[in-house]
Amino acid sequence: MSLISQMPAFKISVQSGELAVREALAKLQDNLTPLSLDVEESGTVELVMAEALNNVVEHAYPRGDPCGPIYITCAHARDGLHLTVVDSGRAMPDGHTPLGVAVETDVAFDDIPEGGFGWFLIQDLAKDVSYVRVSRQNRLCLRLAVAIS
Amino acid sequence: MRAAMNLLSRSEENLQVISVLDNRIDAAVAIEFKDAMRASTDGGCETVVLDLSQVQFIDSSGLGAIVASMKHMGASRKLALAGLTPTVEKVFRLTRMDSVFCVFRTLNEALGKLKA
Repeated sequence: MSLISQMPAFKISVQSGELAVREALAKLQDNLTPLSLDVEESGTVELVMAEALNNVVEHAYPRGDPCGPIYITCAHARDGLHLTVVDSGRAMPDGHTPLGVAVETDVAFDDIPEGGFGWFLIQDLAKDVSYVRVSRQNRLCLRLAVAIS
Repeated sequence: MRAAMNLLSRSEENLQVISVLDNRIDAAVAIEFKDAMRASTDGGCETVVLDLSQVQFIDSSGLGAIVASMKHMGASRKLALAGLTPTVEKVFRLTRMDSVFCVFRTLNEALGKLKA
């Protein structure tokens, strides 16, 4: 089996805003075409990256703050896809990512949760999730165990 | 620019069927989806089937909007889901929100079970 990936590493940049996430995800899927991911794998990539990018748009560049750039890098290795999301917006509160625990579903009707799913999905589907704040930038790194050789 | 959300509502005997005509329910349209669902379900049938067969992707905001739609209908009415595509099914399964809805594999299956 070849060690050289079918897919060269790539970088995407978008400007934060209402449709930034859709734009970034479409570019990501375009660049991943050489890997011919199945529906399960490409669903995992899209879901994790949608949640990571939604967080940037909603919390790093909240409404009222100036828009800013979002950079995504992606490289394919034997253990999957290595992705980073970098932005120049507000820092993560407390300097770390939320734990992402599962929501409680066995509750009264009025208490059924309408949110709090995002970080759970990221932590559940991604490996090696790390976050650092350096040079006034947020840098989220994660690995997705797809397209493993 | 805001993305729109297109829903098609029709009646089937004692049921209301709402088909989502867009292929994504994500953060960009979550509020529009909630508003459109409210407008469609207010004062309607006790049981509503949400046909998701054309939806290829939902994120946590879309999931939250579907939950909010169910809660807006109230505990005495039922929102059933039908035709979940693989990634949509995955989101419901991982978050265990498939346990708070009646989920049917296809719209036909939902109609067969719920009309009986």
